[in-house]
Amino acid sequence: MYSIVSTGTVCGVGSLLIQVEADVCDGMPTFEMVGALSSEVKEAKERIKAAIRNSGIRLAPKKVTVNLYPADVRKAGTGFDLPIALAVLAAYGRVPQACLEGILFAGEVSLHGEILPAAGILPMVLAAKEAGKEAVCVPRANLAEAQVVKGMKILPADSLTQAIAQVEGFRKDPKAVGEEGPAGYPGGTAAPPECDFADIRGQKALKRACEVAAAGRHNMLMLGAPGSGKTMAAKAIAGILPPLAEEEALELAKIYSVSGMFGQREAGRFWTRPFRSPHHTVTAAGLAGGGLVPKPGEISLAHKGVLFLDELTEFQKPVLEILRQPLEERSIRLVRSSGTYSYPADVMLVAAMNPCSCGYFPDRDKCTCSLPVIERHLKKASRPFLDRMDLCVEVQRLPLRELAKREPGENSASIRERVGKALGIQRGRFAREGILYNSQIPNAAMERYCPMEPQAEKLLQDSFERLGLTVRGYYRVIRVARTIADLDGSAQIRRLHVMEALLYRGIDRKMWGLP
Amino acid sequence: MNLYEYWLAGSLAIPGKKKIKLKAMFPEVGELYRLKPSQVEGISFLTGLEQEKLKERQAVPEEELGRQASYCRAHNIGLVLWGDKDYPVRLRDIYNPPYGLFYRGRLPVEAQASVAVVGARNCSPYGRAAAEDIGYRLAQAGIAVISGMAAGIDGAGHQGALRAGGQTYGVLGCGIDVCYPPGHRKLYGALAAQGGVISEYPPHTKPYAMLFPQRNRLISGMADAVLVVEAKEKSGSLITADFALEQGKEVYAVPGRASDALSRGTNRLIRQGAGIFLSVGDFLEEMGVFKKEPGPSTEKQKISLEKMERVLYSCLGFHAKNLDRIMEETGFSLGELLPYLASLQEKGCILEVYKNYYARAGDPV
Repeated sequence: MYSIVSTGTVCGVGSLLIQVEADVCDGMPTFEMVGALSSEVKEAKERIKAAIRNSGIRLAPKKVTVNLYPADVRKAGTGFDLPIALAVLAAYGRVPQACLEGILFAGEVSLHGEILPAAGILPMVLAAKEAGKEAVCVPRANLAEAQVVKGMKILPADSLTQAIAQVEGFRKDPKAVGEEGPAGYPGGTAAPPECDFADIRGQKALKRACEVAAAGRHNMLMLGAPGSGKTMAAKAIAGILPPLAEEEALELAKIYSVSGMFGQREAGRFWTRPFRSPHHTVTAAGLAGGGLVPKPGEISLAHKGVLFLDELTEFQKPVLEILRQPLEERSIRLVRSSGTYSYPADVMLVAAMNPCSCGYFPDRDKCTCSLPVIERHLKKASRPFLDRMDLCVEVQRLPLRELAKREPGENSASIRERVGKALGIQRGRFAREGILYNSQIPNAAMERYCPMEPQAEKLLQDSFERLGLTVRGYYRVIRVARTIADLDGSAQIRRLHVMEALLYRGIDRKMWGLP
Repeated sequence: MNLYEYWLAGSLAIPGKKKIKLKAMFPEVGELYRLKPSQVEGISFLTGLEQEKLKERQAVPEEELGRQASYCRAHNIGLVLWGDKDYPVRLRDIYNPPYGLFYRGRLPVEAQASVAVVGARNCSPYGRAAAEDIGYRLAQAGIAVISGMAAGIDGAGHQGALRAGGQTYGVLGCGIDVCYPPGHRKLYGALAAQGGVISEYPPHTKPYAMLFPQRNRLISGMADAVLVVEAKEKSGSLITADFALEQGKEVYAVPGRASDALSRGTNRLIRQGAGIFLSVGDFLEEMGVFKKEPGPSTEKQKISLEKMERVLYSCLGFHAKNLDRIMEETGFSLGELLPYLASLQEKGCILEVYKNYYARAGDPV
């Protein structure tokens, strides 16, 4: 007998529908599977044979052939176990084929017949909805993920037998079984941030720099002694960005789904901007995404949020160089023999490093670094990478007794409001430009978007000479000044805005008194 | 110049005073070059190791010596020997004087008073400004400034003297044609043009750490007085001061706050009896030099400051303060602070020493 069941495979952050066919006939009792399968899919053969037996279903020894098509797509992942098992059962006549039609199946099956969670459920459910499927049958552990999709009937199952019961029940009375999304993600409010700016005492300059960086989506570099609060500030930045829009939240959920990490984001954080802080030993594949069939890397997991690189000087240079292209294009393309994969990677980059090896420069009483040591330390940071940092801010460590004296500052919620306003102004301004933030203004459009009062222009010219700015640095100062003016609600860039922007100019060798 | 003289002057392992003795034994240095091993062993004042090193040096082929001599000629490198009339007079009396000095530009002359301005490489902005100012005023008073061309205080002292158009000499701890630190290439050029660059070591010698303490004896030796601007507790500048005392030169130190790491060395010198440097005028008086009393540059111009500017100025000191600290201490917001920071910088009252670190400008001494 012949049967056919629908499932899906992950492709980038999307999903492609796959059909699983099974044929059972008399002959030598063999089990053959074909259709460009990766090794974990080939292993499904052994798993489902045991799972069916252990679910109390005895199958007569017959010749079983399974085909997955389209045959030119490489099938990877463990979500194929459940559809293959059901296709085989239907071919044996143990499950009516009519029950399986119009339903998409995905899930891993254990030898005991339990259904285990699989990666990429969310894009599959979306693809099923698009293809007009009536329902999806997914592992119960992936229920929350599937429920993100609006108006889709979900049949969660813990075991193979339960899955069969669910689909048979669904055929009898579609209203009696299953769950329906969306659920668990109440309307667009972000969870309270992991770290609030009110928790950071003192450090006014740092907080202001964070606000400016967030308001124009500028990349930011923090320089400071160990323990001066750089990591806390970076965490807090994710909390002053406005909550995710629905589309953005869905895109992010897809990335986490295909990484199999959906469950790791707590339920309340669906609308919250991600904060990722990879350790400096991260590899190129870990940061950018990789694997034979690529999985998203840290830069994609931080999509629409903050990617924090602590101890920037300790990262391997080739690893950092990889970030250059995605930082400009806001997505990352990975080319493999199996095809080209594209993952979104629109991150705000925040990096931190010590100003010298001991971290106390320029405190001459504490810093023990000699000039050559400082120079070596600086050379460790990739120059082209530092060139991409729009804001650079110094952080000083406060002594404990002074820390206690400082009253807590403004909380993240009110900063978020200002940031949101500034981002709104930018949205309006760049509506027809194809860019979103001030940090993306092309050099050619600078005059159009960054009108300056004459005093501001003069200050900028003078500073170019006095501070020895590079041309690249010069344009960065203007972009940052544009954001400061937006925060101020001013259409024109004023002198004060330029003054402040100059405070955040990039670091250079002169700062260390190096010749 | 005889090429064997280059050979002897360039023999690093034998101390200067012994080379002078060797020269007295062999007025024709070529004889020494060709001396048989048994005869070398007969030179009683050389230690066993020095005899071995001398034999090694004898193995240097004559063509190589010729190359060295022509290299020096081609690159304007002079060599002055013990006993020459140009040999710096002050060095004649020190213990272990150098046998020969390689130099570019000029050599210090006895008629001109000279002061060594030395200190930490990794100095504070205050120290840098002070050294620059001292170098400037000393040069204005017609005094030669001698130092080690190192980063920090040494370099600033040279720079000050150059700015005043005075005489200044850099004594290197490496070969005369090696610029160390490499970042001082510009200063090296200016010194060679306006003063002199001097080294005891032959061309191409790398800046080995062990050479620098020996170099310091020349800095103090060529000066009438040594002035230490900033020094940590353990500092090469203190070696220079020790040499100066040994050589019977005056030692002065710029006093600093007790808690400053960079002033511990200088304060200790004062405790041990070094002269206290109060101002250039006072210093010159002490030295007995009254030439060219410092001119109107000491007269502070009256600059009128606004009330807010005064608050900001009084918050700053000669040690760099971070922007955040200034905000905390003055209670100004960033927006209030920025215009005054800019106006004070324009008036030349304050300086941005590092990015977003500010300190008082002007003459600290």
